[in-house]
Amino acid sequence: MRLRRFLGTLPVVHQFRQSVGLQRGMLVAGLIITGAFALLAILAPVIAPYGFNQLSTDGESFGSQQPPGGDHLLGTTVGGYDVLSRVIWGAQTAFFVIIVAVLLSIFVGVLLGLVSGYLGGWVDRVLVVIADAVYAFPTLLLAIVAGIVISKGQSDLVGGVFAAAISITVVFIPQYFRVIRAEAVRVKAEAFVESAKVVGASTPRVMFRHVFRNSTRTLPLIFTLNSSEAILTLAGLGFLGFGIEPTSAAEWGYDLNRSISDVTSGIWWTSIFPGAAIVLIVLGITLIGESLNDLADPRLRARRRAAATPADAVAATVPAAREDLGEVR
Amino acid sequence: MIESVPPRSKAPAPAAAKKRAVGGGFARYLVVRFLLMIPTVFILVTLVFLLMRTTGDPLTAALGGRLPADQLAERIHAAGYDRPLIVQYIEYIGQVFTGNFGRTLSDNQLVTDVLFRYGPATLELAIYALIVAFIVGIPLGMLAAYLRDRWPDAVLRVFAILFYATPVFFAGLVLKLIFAVGLHWLPASGRAGARNEVALNRVEGKTGIHLIDAIRLGDGAIIGDVLAHAVLPAIALGLLTAGIFLRLVRTNVIGTLGQPYVDAARSRGVSEFRLVRHHAYKPALIPIITVIGLQIALLLGGAVLTETTFEWKGLGFQLVQYLLARDFVAVQGIVALLAVIVAVTNFIVDIIAAIIDPRVRY
Repeated sequence: MRLRRFLGTLPVVHQFRQSVGLQRGMLVAGLIITGAFALLAILAPVIAPYGFNQLSTDGESFGSQQPPGGDHLLGTTVGGYDVLSRVIWGAQTAFFVIIVAVLLSIFVGVLLGLVSGYLGGWVDRVLVVIADAVYAFPTLLLAIVAGIVISKGQSDLVGGVFAAAISITVVFIPQYFRVIRAEAVRVKAEAFVESAKVVGASTPRVMFRHVFRNSTRTLPLIFTLNSSEAILTLAGLGFLGFGIEPTSAAEWGYDLNRSISDVTSGIWWTSIFPGAAIVLIVLGITLIGESLNDLADPRLRARRRAAATPADAVAATVPAAREDLGEVR
Repeated sequence: MIESVPPRSKAPAPAAAKKRAVGGGFARYLVVRFLLMIPTVFILVTLVFLLMRTTGDPLTAALGGRLPADQLAERIHAAGYDRPLIVQYIEYIGQVFTGNFGRTLSDNQLVTDVLFRYGPATLELAIYALIVAFIVGIPLGMLAAYLRDRWPDAVLRVFAILFYATPVFFAGLVLKLIFAVGLHWLPASGRAGARNEVALNRVEGKTGIHLIDAIRLGDGAIIGDVLAHAVLPAIALGLLTAGIFLRLVRTNVIGTLGQPYVDAARSRGVSEFRLVRHHAYKPALIPIITVIGLQIALLLGGAVLTETTFEWKGLGFQLVQYLLARDFVAVQGIVALLAVIVAVTNFIVDIIAAIIDPRVRY
């Protein structure tokens, strides 16, 4: 029972219990696809037949633009890399960039949003105007500018991965800032914040212990939406030639960029597979985000047909409420 | 309209200002919204300037390693990049406010000229894409709302997510593979055939929007050629926005279907289809107008990728050429100029939204 109650407070588990029918299907599908890519990323060294920058085995070159089949299940690229291996290793790059980009932007965005929303004053106003201005700007262009600054236009090191992650961070900070600030403004008017102040809690304590804990309910949702946007931005940067060099990591956007000319001559395997990988991973993450969004909005939440008892009805929306209602099993 | 005491108008956030600007009605909203545009443009231009300059000057970036150090220093001095950053910044802001976004390093052209030469192509592409988005997104969104929580709804929503999940350049490559390379139905790249391109460039007082120029030429073959070239890029870029429209229309129609006035109509025996088509549809479109404002930014970003995929010689294609040439003066100028365009379009869209829906103003 304890475990059930604890699990019910975790973000995704709670929503999973709440969901029914189609919505549960979408959530499960999203979780499965994303999980599969996570496994692919972790197990890349074991699964991938070759290294992401490997051009030959035993001194024998792979050859460029080899059609799928034989030693190379998905063929080879114009640069002579194995397509399957680069697709698999690309999952690792994608997850690495998501983790760095989203963690950094959550950290900075949440901190700024909390301080700005809770303390208010002119700092708040200036930050809001800046965040609004940045938010209205094309994310890809901003990421390009940030990318130029960070890598000075030279993306030849493993640092390219970090450069890409940080340029995406710059774009996402305003989004977290806006959400957390709005929540902080709402929460700081609540009675418990007032009580904490009366008891004599310091400003940082009130801010991080009382306001922050109660401002995070929308974070999982933005987290998923941002992760998918991070992958698309990374691929966009790679496609424009601002990504990561093929020797330092596998990146799907870069591979697609190199396949533009292949497409015109009818060579399909160099573009379809990395592209399908992008579509699938973004689809998986977006399905999760979309389901979380619907479940958070009572207008869109599909309801269970009928509840047997009032306790059942409450239990459908509030995790572990049965015990609280005094129902004994 | 009742005149009330205007509130202290010190709220800079657009969203907050919208809510607080009570009284005065439309004219007041227009003025407040216009004034809000200035800090937005100012901040973006400043941000781009600071980002581009704090890490070094554009000449070193473009020529570093290719010129001897003393010659490079001479060039930097002549261009004024060795002065304190604050002096350069004030000079730059002054130039921007007089409409001078600088000259490109690689081919020594005014950035504003680059905009006028390549901007129309991008505008043309964006309009085609919006048309595709409207034709695909709005009817499908209404259908999904009508059939909500049944299997066609699920299929349509997965499609909407697929449209969003597919990067425009991948969609473009797949379309090219199927319709240009595989079936030979449509051209693979460019804005018109080589000979037609020449003819279109000779049109007197040309607009740069190929379709308009072709119609003025009055040659049916050229009009057909221009349209054939536009189909694949427009679909690639349009489907992305179509997915967003689909989701938005679905959510909003479902929201309005729960309103008391719709319930009233339903109790009079109006069919569910008619409810969606006539009662819930129009109020649900208002958020779309507001969202189009935000889509402009997405469309511009998408246009850069689409133009690269299809060699559509617009502003985005040109921006990438300058990026590859490491001409960061041009990049800075074009990005700053795009910031102004985004801010102005958002202003226009907000005003249109306010004209259509009076609730926005209060």
